[in-house]
Order: sequence, then C-alpha cells, then structure tokens
Amino acid sequence: MRDALAMRQIESRGSARASLISANALSKTYASERSGSITALQAVTFDIAEGEFVSLVGPSGCGKSTLLRLLAGLLPSTSGSLTLAGEPLRGPGRQSAIVFQSPVLLPWRTILQNILLPIEFRKWPIAEYRRKAVDLLALVGLGQFVDAFPYELSGGMQQRAAIVRALVQDPKLLLMDEPFGALDAMTREQLNLEVLRIWSRSRKTVVFVTHSIAESIFLSDRVFVMTSRPGTLAEIIDIDLPRPRDLKMINTAKFGDYAAHIRSLLDAKGELY
Amino acid sequence: MTVLNLFGKHQAHLSGHRTLPSWRSVVRGYPQLTISPAILIAILTAWWVVSHVLQAPTYIVPPPEQVWRALVNGLARAPWDPGGYWYHAGITVWEALLGFAMGSVFGAVLGFTIVHWPILEKSTYPYVVGFQSLPKVALAPLMVVWFGFGLEGKVFITAVITFFPVLVNTMAGYQSVEPERIELAYSCNASQWHLITKIIIPSCLPFLFAGLSVASVLAILGAVVGELVGARSGLGMLLMQYNQSMEIAPVFAVILLLAVIGFLMNALVKLAERRFCFWAYRQRGLIGP
Repeated sequence: MRDALAMRQIESRGSARASLISANALSKTYASERSGSITALQAVTFDIAEGEFVSLVGPSGCGKSTLLRLLAGLLPSTSGSLTLAGEPLRGPGRQSAIVFQSPVLLPWRTILQNILLPIEFRKWPIAEYRRKAVDLLALVGLGQFVDAFPYELSGGMQQRAAIVRALVQDPKLLLMDEPFGALDAMTREQLNLEVLRIWSRSRKTVVFVTHSIAESIFLSDRVFVMTSRPGTLAEIIDIDLPRPRDLKMINTAKFGDYAAHIRSLLDAKGELY
Repeated sequence: MTVLNLFGKHQAHLSGHRTLPSWRSVVRGYPQLTISPAILIAILTAWWVVSHVLQAPTYIVPPPEQVWRALVNGLARAPWDPGGYWYHAGITVWEALLGFAMGSVFGAVLGFTIVHWPILEKSTYPYVVGFQSLPKVALAPLMVVWFGFGLEGKVFITAVITFFPVLVNTMAGYQSVEPERIELAYSCNASQWHLITKIIIPSCLPFLFAGLSVASVLAILGAVVGELVGARSGLGMLLMQYNQSMEIAPVFAVILLLAVIGFLMNALVKLAERRFCFWAYRQRGLIGP
C-alpha cells in the first residue's frame, strides 16, 4: 500500500528517469574485537535512476558487497540516509531481490521448487506464480530442467536458475553480488549477454557487483569505482556505449579508454592485483 | 577325436587369454565381492588352524564348528523360549531401539535449541564438553541402583550414550548452514518458522544422519553394557552367564549375533538417510568423496 503510494508520487513527478535509490553520506562500520571498529563504507553519496544498470567495481574489501547488502536491507547502516522509491529503507522489502556469488539453490528441491521458494517465504499464492516461473525458466533456456535437481545442472545453468529465482518476485531492484565470479570466462560472457537481454526486456534497475573492470563497462550505464580502506566511492563513470551491446565492443578504442581510466583510478590507490 | 580335442584346447586357450586380464579387473572393480570373502575365508582358516592344528584349549578358542553349532542351537528355539537366542536378542534390540529413539530425539532437539539461542550455547557448552568427555559406560552400575534389573536402566544408559553424537552433529549441522541460504530467506522477508523449517532443518540433515549412524552402533553397546552390570534377560546377560560357566562357544555365538544386530541397525539408518537425504548422496557422488 505504502509502496503503491510511493510509486504514484514518483510517477506524478513526471520525470522519465525518477530516482529509485538515493544514498546520502551512507556509512557502515563493523564492530571488531581486535581493532575496535572497521569502516567498511565511508560517506557514500549517489542516486540511481529507475531502470538504470549500475555496476560497483573495486578490489576485495572495498565495501561493494557491504553496499549491496545495505541496498538489500540485509544490513543496517551506521549513519547517513538511504531511500528506496522515496521511502527510507528499513530491512528487506518486496522491492528488491538478490543474486549471490554462489547459486544458493537448495539441493533437496527441484529447480522449479527452488524458484518458487521466495514466493513461499513471502506467502504469495504459489499457484499463480508457477506459470510465470516456468516461462522465465524457458526464457533463460532451462525449459527442460524445470523438474531437475540442482546437481544435474552445470554451474552456469545453476546461476541462471538463481537469476530466475530473483526475477520471479518481479523486483524493482535486482541486486547481483559477483554473480558470475565463480564461472569460467566463456560461460561468464554468455551470461553477461543473457543478463543484458533480460534487463532490456524487463527494464529493472540493476546493481551489479563485480571485480572485473571489463564486465562492469560492458554491462552498465554507469560504473561506480570503489576503493578500499576505508571503502569509498572514488568516481562515477558514465558509460556512453550504444545499446544493444555485443562482445565486439570490448575491442573498441572507447571501451579500452574506459578500462584504462578505471584501472588508473584503482592504480592510484595501489589496489590493482 | 583329435579334432575335437584340438578344438577344445583351442577354445580353452582363447578363453583363458580373455579371462586372465578380466579376472583382475573384476577384483579391482568389485573388491567387496572378491577380496572381502577372501578375507573371511582367511580368518576362518586361521581360526580352524589355531583350534585344530595348534590345539588351543576350547575354553580359550572354541573351534569354529562348535560356535556354529551353538549359534544354530540357540536360533532354533522359539522366540518366546528364554533358553534360545531370539528371546534375548529381542529384548536387547528393544532396549537399544527405545534408548536410541529417546537419546537421538532428545539430542537433536536439544542440540538445535542450544545453537539457536547463542546465550544457551555459551552457557551450556562447558557442561556439554565436560559430560561428553565422561565415559558414559561408567554410569552403568549406577543404573542398577536407580532402576533395578529391568528394562528402564538399559534404555536410560543407551539414551545417554546415543544422545551425544546426535547432539554434537546437530550443533555442527546448524553452524555450517551456508550464510547465503539464511540471507536468501531474510531478503524474502521469510518468517522465523519458514527459515527454520525450509532452510535450517533440511540443511542439518546430512549432519544429523552422520550422528544417527554413530548412535545406532553405540545403541547396542549401551544396551549390552547395561545388561552386563545386571539384568534378568538380554544378550548381555546371556554373555555373562555363559562366561561364568566357561561355555565359551556360545559366548562367541552371542558376540557374532551382536555384531550382526549392530550392522543391521546401522544399515537401517543408512537406508533412512538414502530416503530422506538423497540429495547429499548425489551431490557427494558428483563432487567426489
């Protein structure tokens, strides 16, 4: 109900790209027994428009996973403000869905049962979502694995299923935490294209965490470059590459310039590995 | 005649040529069907040699055929005849099953409760460790004082012995639930009830079954120890009786019977595991041991 109100407010503003997420001086500090406290994220400010594809790129420990968990409502922030669809974010809601680095499919459930798990958790009518789940599975090429168990699928297929599990909830915001980090390069490219295809159809807002510079440029409208100790937002880079994108673009000069720029930002902090 | 002979020779040669390498591959591929029986034959032969060739006294090592006779005689009696093995085996198994059921249910529930509330875990952990390092069989004589010579004492000691492996494994299972599985539930606004029933309990099952597998073997141990210190019936009591009257062949027969019972109890747990925890097997099969 409140979500619906917030939506209407955004629509009434009449802007084509209303901001979905708005973070102001957002910080997260973890209590640590040895060194007192660790600042994972320090005073980060940004806006993400509805329908935008944003990547968070940076070395491990730069707070990108922390930021993603703040956006998911899985962690409370220490200070600063964070609003989602005009409402201050308090805990996980129905607005967002998350895809983890590992597929996190439950081995005792079939693929379809796994995909309907969030629906069970949210106590939505399962019968209504079954059709949708099957359709989405067919969309990502898993049509014949509806009743298979996760161990019968390859790593890439399992990750596709995990994406479907997020999409079936029809979230406004799709959060992806290094979803393809554990996959081989070929499967990864394929899934990047898949993600773009799904995104261009559904026009969901996507926040995509990665430590691959190329992946972040290839996918995004904007790349948030993050540096560590403490985790801060070094720069936000607009990626002005035409869409739909294809793998050939990776070899263009413009793509190379973006990559070089991001690398130099990370290099300046001595964080290239 | 010669032609036939030649033909036969030729065939034998051919098949011999083919079976020699395949015999080796059979041994390698099915050691449980080839090497395992060979070990049994070797043990029985060694036993036979010790009692017949080396003439070991029958009150130390009874010859295999005497043990076999004792076993057959004992099993030939009716199940309600206290002079036979079935009667006493039934009582021992009943004690073991009751104790196993009580101990494992209590162990699983308590293990789960302790880990679920961190305060409980921190406050009770020293006692759990302390009690676990106690040799539980030392409690057996006390059981006679508390419960007398009947069933209750044996069930109690079995429950105490089976309780710990199940408790410890359930705790380990809970603690090793992938944190992402819990985050997934939270991100979907899952209720505590759903989190526990749909994520945590199924995730614990492989650990729980590992505990039950250990407990199933310990259950027989518990029942027999309980009977050894004082009982009116049961295989442990029988063992004590035969031992005191120096009838060593039936002692061996009863020990064999106990081994078979322990094996069957464990097989039952494994069967249940395959049924309720099938995914752990398949996963292991895929990734390798």
